[in-house]
Amino acid sequence: MIVEFGAFALVLALALSVLQTGLATVGRVRRSPLLAGGADGAAMASAFAIVLAFAALIYAFATSDFSVENVARNSHTDKPMLYKVAAAWGSHEGSLVLWCGVMAVFAAILARARGLPFGLKTSAVGVQGALTTLFLAFAVFTSNPFVRIEDAPVQGNSLNPLLQDPALAIHPPLLYFGYVGFSVTFSLAVAALIEGRAFSGFWPAWGRWVRPWALASWVFLTAGITLGSFWAYYELGWGGWWFWDPVENASFMPWLAGAALLHSAVVTERRGALAGWTVFLALLAFTFSMLGAFLVRSGVLTSVHAFAVDPERGLMLLAILAVAAGSAFALFAWRAPQLKGGGMFAPVSREGALVLNNLFLTVAAATVLLGTLYPLILEAATGQTISVGPPYFAMTFTPLMLVAFLILPAGPLLSWKRADARGAMQRLALAGGLAIACGFAFWLAFEPKKALAAAGIAIGAWLILGALAEVLERVRLFRVPVAEVLRRARGLPMGAWGMTLAHAGLGVFVLGAVAETSFKLESAEALPIGGSVIAGPWKATLTDVRIVEGPNYLAEQGVVTVTSVEGRATPRTVTSERRFFPAGGQTTTEVGLDFRGLDDVYVVMGERRATPAGERAWSLRLYHNPWARLIFLGPAIMALGGVLSLMDRRLRLAMPGRRKGVAA
Amino acid sequence: MRGLGALLALALLATPALAQAPVAPPDRPLPQASQEARAQAIFEVVRCVVCQHESIADSPAGIAGDMRRLIREEIAGGATDQAIKDDLVRRYGDYVLFTPPVRTGTWLLWFGPALLVLAGGAALLAFMRRRSIETEPLSPDEERRLADLLQTETVRPDPDASPPHDGR
Repeated sequence: MIVEFGAFALVLALALSVLQTGLATVGRVRRSPLLAGGADGAAMASAFAIVLAFAALIYAFATSDFSVENVARNSHTDKPMLYKVAAAWGSHEGSLVLWCGVMAVFAAILARARGLPFGLKTSAVGVQGALTTLFLAFAVFTSNPFVRIEDAPVQGNSLNPLLQDPALAIHPPLLYFGYVGFSVTFSLAVAALIEGRAFSGFWPAWGRWVRPWALASWVFLTAGITLGSFWAYYELGWGGWWFWDPVENASFMPWLAGAALLHSAVVTERRGALAGWTVFLALLAFTFSMLGAFLVRSGVLTSVHAFAVDPERGLMLLAILAVAAGSAFALFAWRAPQLKGGGMFAPVSREGALVLNNLFLTVAAATVLLGTLYPLILEAATGQTISVGPPYFAMTFTPLMLVAFLILPAGPLLSWKRADARGAMQRLALAGGLAIACGFAFWLAFEPKKALAAAGIAIGAWLILGALAEVLERVRLFRVPVAEVLRRARGLPMGAWGMTLAHAGLGVFVLGAVAETSFKLESAEALPIGGSVIAGPWKATLTDVRIVEGPNYLAEQGVVTVTSVEGRATPRTVTSERRFFPAGGQTTTEVGLDFRGLDDVYVVMGERRATPAGERAWSLRLYHNPWARLIFLGPAIMALGGVLSLMDRRLRLAMPGRRKGVAA
Repeated sequence: MRGLGALLALALLATPALAQAPVAPPDRPLPQASQEARAQAIFEVVRCVVCQHESIADSPAGIAGDMRRLIREEIAGGATDQAIKDDLVRRYGDYVLFTPPVRTGTWLLWFGPALLVLAGGAALLAFMRRRSIETEPLSPDEERRLADLLQTETVRPDPDASPPHDGR
């Protein structure tokens, strides 16, 4: 009954989204606040309906109702409750409902926004409604998760055990909040193009409405991607955290476009400049989100992450992408020449630095796009097959980013309109000197000596120290009395702290990524109980292997004692498991992780085999991953910076307000 | 009953062939460290031909193990890195290397990013040159809306908006 109710709610949500689009369109054309208010109401009702539908789906999964095809294919009674619930968004159908749900909820938030001009808001609500309609229609007509089956099986097929992991249970919702959050910047951009006729205060205000959405989406995407990367690191058991896999790239492109959008929206907000470019990025970010959805769900590319794929659905998604992005960019091409706005600025200025940032970030996104789609296009055009993998990105993407990182710390020190480049350099001289010293110290400390790695470390340190230098400059440390420094620090807007943290977080990530890729060590051996293997400074001894029984799996658990070769560090015990899931017949690996300061000691137990002497043995792989902690800590700091910026009171405008009208 | 199930599952654990595709036997690293390092470097850029976007360094598949063994044998036999890669390409096609070849069909792939940076930079320069302030006068309605918008400005002086070296 509840399942039928969910199916009904899903269709109702579709109808309400159609209504929302229709009312908003007519309301905008006739300038009728009544009809526009009706569109707002429809948006909220649609969001409510789809939340109910999603709750019904979760209920079906939680109660293991195998008469629902989607539940039978993706769940199992033995699964822990967390993974029963998470399976609701673990399949193509369920995740699509989640996607639509986030979109509708954001439409409802947009509908409640106060302070937007009537035309802009009504248009934006209409566009958001149209987007929701497209995706909901796709869900209802091709991917309905509420379809029943005639003969309900006694037991379900279970969720891929690789996905039965806490990080992966919350990874998709986080990603979707990010991907779909850009649908709002898309709607606001299309609305701005429709409203077109900009008065001079329009673009700063528009930038201020777009920024919180761009920022929030970017924060969610950062958190989601980092969590996914961390999952790959400890669940796949190869010690890798980024593979330049097409699906990873699919999530990275909107992230890069979103990062560019954040920065360009600042210029539009502060100076009214770059309006056309910011609108373009706002459209681009969601276009990349939709492209990602198409790539992941269509089966055009092979990836570890791809959903159960279906070419027909792929075609539908391609059609949605073509309609939504095609019409938006056509509108852009038509209206962009009329977009005027903006203050003047000299090439050396805060605006100039942000423009440069945008150049690098967009070219970086284009590079990722090229590397992801090129094999597909080449094969379709000529039949030749090539692989584009990490070496390609190391030769194109990485240098691009390194140049951008060299310039980055100078940006925040430049003033608006026209800046004093020499002054900025002088203020960064100390940070630069210290960064080079860090690189040199690293070069001396780590064997074998690698000049490139040392340069990478210097750049990471440069980002952190540069961010620090900027904040110290602002509070005038050592130049004014302590009380005055504290007063200034308190007076700094949250946005400034957020920016400093985000830039420093990027530096932390660079440090970790450079150290890990340059100096990770690995070794593997078949060990009997009591045997040990050595990698770098660490020695792992297999002390015991036992059988443990999980809720829905059986595991062989290796108990491994990690000590340092020199015997200085305290020995610690970690466990690594090979889990066998009878429901799907799959085996997964649980990595044993021993955190040693910034380093990870990473232990993977393989399958049982016999030594040449006929003894029982297990293959054990041991990795020394120096500074691996920083790889995930850095993006976490970046996301935190984004959250701080979101808390800045200057960004509250486009959020639903408690007071009527605009308020200071 | 549960014990029996456990036993059955254990039997499956012990014979991985039943649960999954054949798994590679353990690797035997080359005795000479420099040669092994070369082998590892090659593993990173060679794609496991039956996997989904994994290098043979990362893949647990049987064929990846075979390819690793083959590459180690070739290194031990004195082959250069280039010769080994050429050999792999002859056998499996360009697909096997994660580094796409540079030839007519892939020029756009390889040089596209650099071209974009240059084109973007040139466009920026041109943009900077031809920029001018062109703002139409405001209509009364716009003036009113602007006044509304300006009300939302914070009155508090905003340190973010001012240059950091303004002598305060």
